[in-house]
Amino acid sequence: MEENRVLEMRGINKSFPGVKALQNVDFNLGKGEIHALMGENGAGKSTLIKVLTGVYSKDSGTISLQGKGEVAIHSPQDAQKNGISTVYQEITLCPNLTVAENMFIGRTQGAITNWKKINEDADKLLQNLDIPAKATQQLSNCSIAVQQMVAIARAVDMECEVLILDEPTSSLDEQEVEKLFNLMRNLKERGVGIIFVTHFLDQVYEVCDKITVLRDGQLVGEYEIKDLPRVQLVAKMLGKEMDDLSDIKGESGGYEGGDANEKIFEASALQSDAGIKPFDFYIKKGEVNGFTGLLGSGRSECVRAIFGADRVLGGTVKMHGKEVKINKPLDAMKNGIAYLPEDRKVDGIIGDLSVRDNIILALQVLKGFFKPFSKAQAYAFADEYIKKLNIKTASADTPIKSLSGGNQQKVILARWLLMHPEYLILDEPTRGIDVGTKVDIQKLVLELAKDGMSVTFISSETDEMLRTCSRLVVMRDRKVVGELAGGDLTQNKIMSTIAGESKV
Amino acid sequence: MNTSKEKKGFLSGMNDTNLLLTITIVIFFLMYIGAIVFQGGGFTKPQMFFNILNSNAALIITACGMSVVMISGGIDISVGGVVALVSMCCAVYLDYHDGSIFGSILIALGIGVAYGIVQGFLVAYLDIQPFIVSLAGMFFARGMTTIVNTAPFNVADEEFTALKLTRIYVPGMGTVNKKGIYVPAYVEIGVIVALIIVVLLFVVLRWTKLGRSFYAVGGNKQSALMLGINVQRTKFISHMICSVLAGIGGYVYFLHVGSGSASHAMGMEMNAIASSIIGGTMLTGGVGNIVGTLFGVLSLSTIQNIVASAGLDQAWWTGITIAAMLCVFLLIQSVVMAQKKKAVKN
Amino acid sequence: MSKIEKNEQSFLKRLVSNQLFIPVIALLLLSVINLINDPGFFRITLGTNNAGNPVLSGYLITILDYGSELGILAIGMTLVTAASGGQDISVGATIAIAGSAMLRILCGGVSRPTELAAPVIVAFLVACVVGMLCGAFNGMLVAVFKIQPMIATLILFTAGRSIAAWINNNELPIVPDPKFGYFGGFIPGIPIPTTVFIVIACIIVIALVLKFTNLGLYTQAVGINESSSRLNGINPTFIKFLSFVILGLCVAVAALIKVSRLSTINYSVIAKDIEMDAILAVALGGNSLSGGKFNMWASILGAYVIQFLTTTLYKFNVSSDALAAYKAVVVILLVVFSAPKVREYMSGLAKKATAKKGVA
Repeated sequence: MEENRVLEMRGINKSFPGVKALQNVDFNLGKGEIHALMGENGAGKSTLIKVLTGVYSKDSGTISLQGKGEVAIHSPQDAQKNGISTVYQEITLCPNLTVAENMFIGRTQGAITNWKKINEDADKLLQNLDIPAKATQQLSNCSIAVQQMVAIARAVDMECEVLILDEPTSSLDEQEVEKLFNLMRNLKERGVGIIFVTHFLDQVYEVCDKITVLRDGQLVGEYEIKDLPRVQLVAKMLGKEMDDLSDIKGESGGYEGGDANEKIFEASALQSDAGIKPFDFYIKKGEVNGFTGLLGSGRSECVRAIFGADRVLGGTVKMHGKEVKINKPLDAMKNGIAYLPEDRKVDGIIGDLSVRDNIILALQVLKGFFKPFSKAQAYAFADEYIKKLNIKTASADTPIKSLSGGNQQKVILARWLLMHPEYLILDEPTRGIDVGTKVDIQKLVLELAKDGMSVTFISSETDEMLRTCSRLVVMRDRKVVGELAGGDLTQNKIMSTIAGESKV
Repeated sequence: MNTSKEKKGFLSGMNDTNLLLTITIVIFFLMYIGAIVFQGGGFTKPQMFFNILNSNAALIITACGMSVVMISGGIDISVGGVVALVSMCCAVYLDYHDGSIFGSILIALGIGVAYGIVQGFLVAYLDIQPFIVSLAGMFFARGMTTIVNTAPFNVADEEFTALKLTRIYVPGMGTVNKKGIYVPAYVEIGVIVALIIVVLLFVVLRWTKLGRSFYAVGGNKQSALMLGINVQRTKFISHMICSVLAGIGGYVYFLHVGSGSASHAMGMEMNAIASSIIGGTMLTGGVGNIVGTLFGVLSLSTIQNIVASAGLDQAWWTGITIAAMLCVFLLIQSVVMAQKKKAVKN
Repeated sequence: MSKIEKNEQSFLKRLVSNQLFIPVIALLLLSVINLINDPGFFRITLGTNNAGNPVLSGYLITILDYGSELGILAIGMTLVTAASGGQDISVGATIAIAGSAMLRILCGGVSRPTELAAPVIVAFLVACVVGMLCGAFNGMLVAVFKIQPMIATLILFTAGRSIAAWINNNELPIVPDPKFGYFGGFIPGIPIPTTVFIVIACIIVIALVLKFTNLGLYTQAVGINESSSRLNGINPTFIKFLSFVILGLCVAVAALIKVSRLSTINYSVIAKDIEMDAILAVALGGNSLSGGKFNMWASILGAYVIQFLTTTLYKFNVSSDALAAYKAVVVILLVVFSAPKVREYMSGLAKKATAKKGVA
């Protein structure tokens, strides 16, 4: 084992029935190093991390730690004992316990625990890290972001030499991300090796020292950050040179029908029980617009209100200038509105059902309870869209949960496209999926708009929205604070609108 | 506006366990006071309360075990069967085989441990649904009881009878009867055992690592695993505790009734589950409190006593009243939790 | 060579992973045991009953006859399990309620009537309404108040038999018309038990419903991901509610058979422990008890396997009280055998065995 290394993984192999998830992968982590682990979905990042943390057992290969030599890790406890701490994308804490208990359970010694001391320690740590929570508070009473911070605090407090951050930033806003980065730099100085998994390229170049790229379960290479410009990184992840993303808007052009000025959908003073202020909104035929704002600013809540996903409290809604009532999702669907939800796992996929059932579901519901599609018809629909969207699945009968994230998202997209909606709402369709699929989806959005579909596109990545949208509604603190179009559509202008006029 | 906000703060500030516990205790006291005011008679005498304890000591013990399993996200519906099996085995051992008291206690514990090992292993390590496992456990216990001995019979063993009749007097709680003689209030040995178990479990659940692990596993199994808790072992121990307590509860039950019968403790598992729920334990796991369970048993038996002393036909109304009470508590739980969720969301 | 082996393996794998595998294997096992014990087990004879009508008799007929209630309940229980991820443990008690209501209508509140107070069809319809009301009560608690199904149904489980007794004032009325006994016995001239026809009718109805409506898709979607189903325009509350009401209907049909068998009722004994058998039927059919995907036919087959087991145990002179202990052992064996973890382990062993064979 080389000096200054805290972790060495050698020749890791892991296969699942039908898939070789990892093939002979090596990974090195230096002392006091922030190391990005990059790759498309399905490249093997999560599998590698789960092997390292003992969630999966590897088929072959070795894991060595500094000062300990080769170690056997069979469970998350083993990993913890060996100084490997992990923060996962999904919050892996117990909502029914207190903040302090969540920070200390599973790692105290002895049967009897001094809870008073633990509460004091927890409070101290929370204060140090500037986390707005009390030790004795029940975790479920904290916001999601705070829960994520608690998870990080737990990992940080452990005497860890290796800290794994598996997409920890996807539920944090910018300030919180900045706080997290400060924390990471702080730990780095203390000599902790950090493995950082993220889909945000900006973040990689902001904090990381090294990058290891995986593709299709194989190691592509390990690079110093300064030696690997962005374009090359993306190329390495995809395994091909990527066409210039910024051009996709120009390529396809806009909708050119005569009714391009007709307002397909119009809402005034719409309000739901999710806590957003009443807002006005419209979209024209063939238009792509978007809601932007920080996380928690109410972007998703707005589109959920449009679709009737949350309880609508007031306001009027017009389709084609005619007033309609949308109180539940089915009402919206009947009016030709489709909604791809933000959280794919919770609100999108129906895990155990086949790809085919997942694709036909929305159209089937719209058709009615007493009119099921014939099997042949269902297969025809499924096959059509599997081909059209290039969904990678063994067959139409495969349960959707066994697909990769990007392909799951495509299935959900297929579900709504099959309905041939007039107005399609996409809430974070590119979150947590690989770069290739991201581009596919953005291109698709523009194509659809060209054919006359109105699309509302929401994304946390502003450049994605700039590339696709012709008009942006800006939100702050659950309120619509501005609207940008044409020449105003620049990164700076968006930032200043989000931040408030005074900061310009 | 202001007051509603404060109320929200109060609701969301309280943790789930305390909130449900408070509701249970308040309702129990209201009910008992109501009984005293409207029915008077027996309810004014402390002995009435102690009798409730005497006849429900076994239920308290089994319900405590049930709470532990439910808090860690499982369920065990075999406890009634185990109680019947224990009392039958002990009865046969004492009378037909001339056994000793010590030996019979060992039998009770042995049955409990055996049940704990088998059910715990199947649930924790083979990942079989606890409902199915304990369903089979219940079938097995009931069947075995009749195989051990078909006919019910009373135990005549002298040593045992002496132990059964042992009364522990509670100082200062006696009453003077019509003839002017002071009648001291008493509890049976089983009550002492039950109270010791309640205190022990309360401490374990509240302050030990194991106890908090039960809550963690019940709250979110996946997270608990990631937090470094040995989920399988925790589940196993929870089933072990429940089965051993069912064994002890079986012995206490046996001590109270002094007989063995295949129809003993029929439906006790349902009473134990009902008591736990009334006491604020959620079947979804992760929420619950032993003190609440104690009050759950007390509430349940108090209402049975009220129904009985109101002159309503026992067999007929008991079932309906328990069910109605369960229904009310479930609705309260459901509404309170929904309200709380909303309060947090906003 | 390797290709053939691969095919063989995948065929074996497909076979083992098929939902019908467990119930069919259990059925075969039971058949073999019975055949060894009594080569004439499957013999069916045509005889006459007390009334002088031709009837078929034999163990197979007994199983088909007495498994009927269970088979019918398995239909509703499967839907409830799939949609709500829990089970209804009150079916036995609600059979008592529905049966009691039926008797009340048939006998008009008199304990020893000389003639029917109302036509059977009216009584049956009333029982259906009562059954569906009980289902609606359970469904409301589960779907609207979000109480776990097992606990919500615990209420009627506890109170059901008391309510049943209350409906008839704790009397045990006897139906005077022997024709009422046809439903649970034989129709003169037809040697096959009537219950078999009732089950077939129920199966046809549910098959048609599953074919010509989206009940199957909706219940599975709701059971797997409620939130996502809602966003696709399904009303999860209504689907869950509906599944309980359908189970209520099944309960009413089962109650008709149960009451008809005796022409009277015993509140504390009628359909005792049937909820356990019904749940086991669903589990034996390889359906996850935590909801989601289901296979209706596997559940119904599971119900008959349970009845097969009961009959077999009776045949081995097991007393009805001790029956439970033996059943428990069998159930545990079956459940352990079908547990995913054990299956994984076994398929691992099988793989090793074939690997060895390949080397040799």
